[in-house]
Amino acid sequence: MDLAAHTVPDTETSGRRRCAGLLAGSTLIELHSAWDALTDKPETKPVRGPETGLVMVRGRIGGGGSPFNLGEATVTRATIALASGTIGHAQALGTDKKKVRLAAIFDALWQEETTRDAVERTLLSPVEMRIATQDKARAEETAATRVDFFTMVRGDD
Amino acid sequence: MATNTEAFSGGFSNPVFESQSIFRMLMDGMARPGTVRDVEHDAGQPEPLGQAAGAIALTLCDHDTPVWLSAGYAKSSVADWIGFHSGAPMTREKAEARFAFVEAGAALSSFGLFSAGTQEYPDRSTTLVIEVAGLDEGQSFTLSGPGILQTRSVEISGLPEAFLRLWADNRPLFPRGIDVILTAGRRFICLPRTTRITA
Amino acid sequence: MYVAVKGGEAAITNAHRLLADRRRGDRTLPSITIEQVAEQLGLAVDRVMAEASLHDRSLAALAVRQSRGDLIEAIFLLRAYRTTLPRFGSSVPLDTATMQVERRVSATYKDLPGGQLLGPTFDYTHRLLDPSLLADEAVDEPASREAGGEEVMRVSDILAHEGLIEPDGDLPQDHEAGDLTREPMEFPMGRDLRLQALARGDEGFLLALGYSTQRGYGRNHPFVGEIRIGEVEVEMDIPELGFAVSLGRIRVTECQMVNQFKGSSKAPPQFTRGYGLVFGQSERKAMSMSLVDRALRAEELGEDITAPAQDEEFVISHSDNVQATGFVEHLKLPHYVDFQAELAMVRRMRADIEAARNGETEMKDAAE
Repeated sequence: MDLAAHTVPDTETSGRRRCAGLLAGSTLIELHSAWDALTDKPETKPVRGPETGLVMVRGRIGGGGSPFNLGEATVTRATIALASGTIGHAQALGTDKKKVRLAAIFDALWQEETTRDAVERTLLSPVEMRIATQDKARAEETAATRVDFFTMVRGDD
Repeated sequence: MATNTEAFSGGFSNPVFESQSIFRMLMDGMARPGTVRDVEHDAGQPEPLGQAAGAIALTLCDHDTPVWLSAGYAKSSVADWIGFHSGAPMTREKAEARFAFVEAGAALSSFGLFSAGTQEYPDRSTTLVIEVAGLDEGQSFTLSGPGILQTRSVEISGLPEAFLRLWADNRPLFPRGIDVILTAGRRFICLPRTTRITA
Repeated sequence: MYVAVKGGEAAITNAHRLLADRRRGDRTLPSITIEQVAEQLGLAVDRVMAEASLHDRSLAALAVRQSRGDLIEAIFLLRAYRTTLPRFGSSVPLDTATMQVERRVSATYKDLPGGQLLGPTFDYTHRLLDPSLLADEAVDEPASREAGGEEVMRVSDILAHEGLIEPDGDLPQDHEAGDLTREPMEFPMGRDLRLQALARGDEGFLLALGYSTQRGYGRNHPFVGEIRIGEVEVEMDIPELGFAVSLGRIRVTECQMVNQFKGSSKAPPQFTRGYGLVFGQSERKAMSMSLVDRALRAEELGEDITAPAQDEEFVISHSDNVQATGFVEHLKLPHYVDFQAELAMVRRMRADIEAARNGETEMKDAAE
């Protein structure tokens, strides 16, 4: 995940990408609490899903060569429309339909000028922080298992 | 990127049961060629796609079935709609298409460019879904072959001119060959490759 | 005579009821939860995901519980489940170079950028049963230390600078990655399809084949260039958006095996490579996969094909444990009619031999 993207993204695409990635990485609890924090609960209409399917995960031969099909993963997606007509899409690994439906709503709210800041403040920033904290803790636990070699006896006497 | 809202509208409201019910109709229709089936489900398809053709598209097409569209459909929002709701990729190559949708009145010059399958996998052929003006009145045709006791007569209006000649060329390819579904609004009939048609 | 019979419904129903009872076991013990299976039997769950070729930890944990810990049965359950789902698309190929690394070791370089990171490994444990796990004693928090933020460089990239190692496997530009879940298998197959088959292959089968290459049946002089385990981002192109977005992360294990190679009429002396990539944490599987991947490249590299591990059709046709168990286990299903036919045939052959023998005796008697 792009942890450097704390600042306001320079293009709409990278902003939307970051938003979609963080929504996919959020938990149902985080989405629920952001929903509860909304003062005006938006009217939404389901457009597609939520529905669960598969994504064929690809790897690369030798790590960087031609693609091959590694195996599938479950993925759930949803598309909703706000009363204003704004369409929100969300997709995340796993089978949690409630989570993805909420994520699609926040994707739509993020696109609206008036609600973007609230989505950022109540959901995206906290999720980004939580992921960064977890990653840092993991990396530090791994770093503690790093081997520090030291020379016992030198052989070139 | 699909931006028009027509592409995002519609779809089955209860995908599992509706597509199962349409699939059943298609299966029965293929088993009893020429019997008219009536689609009650409204898939909310964009113009100029008909109700039966729209429901058939959402039932049969998916990520693994490239779809070819005739010119009239291709310039409408039909491509985005099928793509969004079924996940099917669009193709310009007739031979790659597993399903082809042809709008009413479009000229058909040949079936030859569509896939007739292979001797080992005759199922890998293209199924054509062709919209016609009507399936209750018009020119009368006599069908015979598997699934038909003696003969069955059907009335079709607006069948593309060259259809009978093309169909006659399709039959000798058996077990290879294309299959056809004729749709008219909410009604359809199936014409599997084994069916003989005489005017 | 052929008699169609029906029956056994009550027996089957009661057998399934009995299975449910035995699965639950002693009712005075608390029932095990899916979360407990996923958290505390995580490597069993990983194996089920890898060999079912479906990444979903919760469903794999459910399958492990439902199958009473019979992992091949669990794999079968998950495979059956995946057939009920539509496919939305393919991911952008995983970039293992950007992995959030949890373990990374190399047997070829001691001091390499990013270091030797042991991670949560069984290596260097004493393999002594631990009574403290009987008592469910509290477990210490893991140690932690400032992470340097150093890039964990791929070992293959280090060797590549000298030009002594072959590059990552490249197939022709216009080659579309084959998919054995969509197209029937044909031999010989491309390396892409072989890797797909090996990634879902039975760990025990691949382990035995990898071992056989070490013992001299298709020896290929392997070194572990690198093993890395960690989480990678799964991204997919979303047509509605017009660009790829992250769907979340999955844990994978990657093994780069580096093999010394004397050269042949087809390739110069250099280090060649075998590749392993597996869902979850499973370095035994990833290592076995990379050994067998290298062995199966014998034809491509101009080596003699002399051993089972080099025989593509033999290896790939027998690596899938769901297929294998289906065919082996079907032998226990009713074969009453087949067997009656065989019985009749053996009786007839016996009778023919008896008749011939009696005939001979009669002729002998007559001659005397």
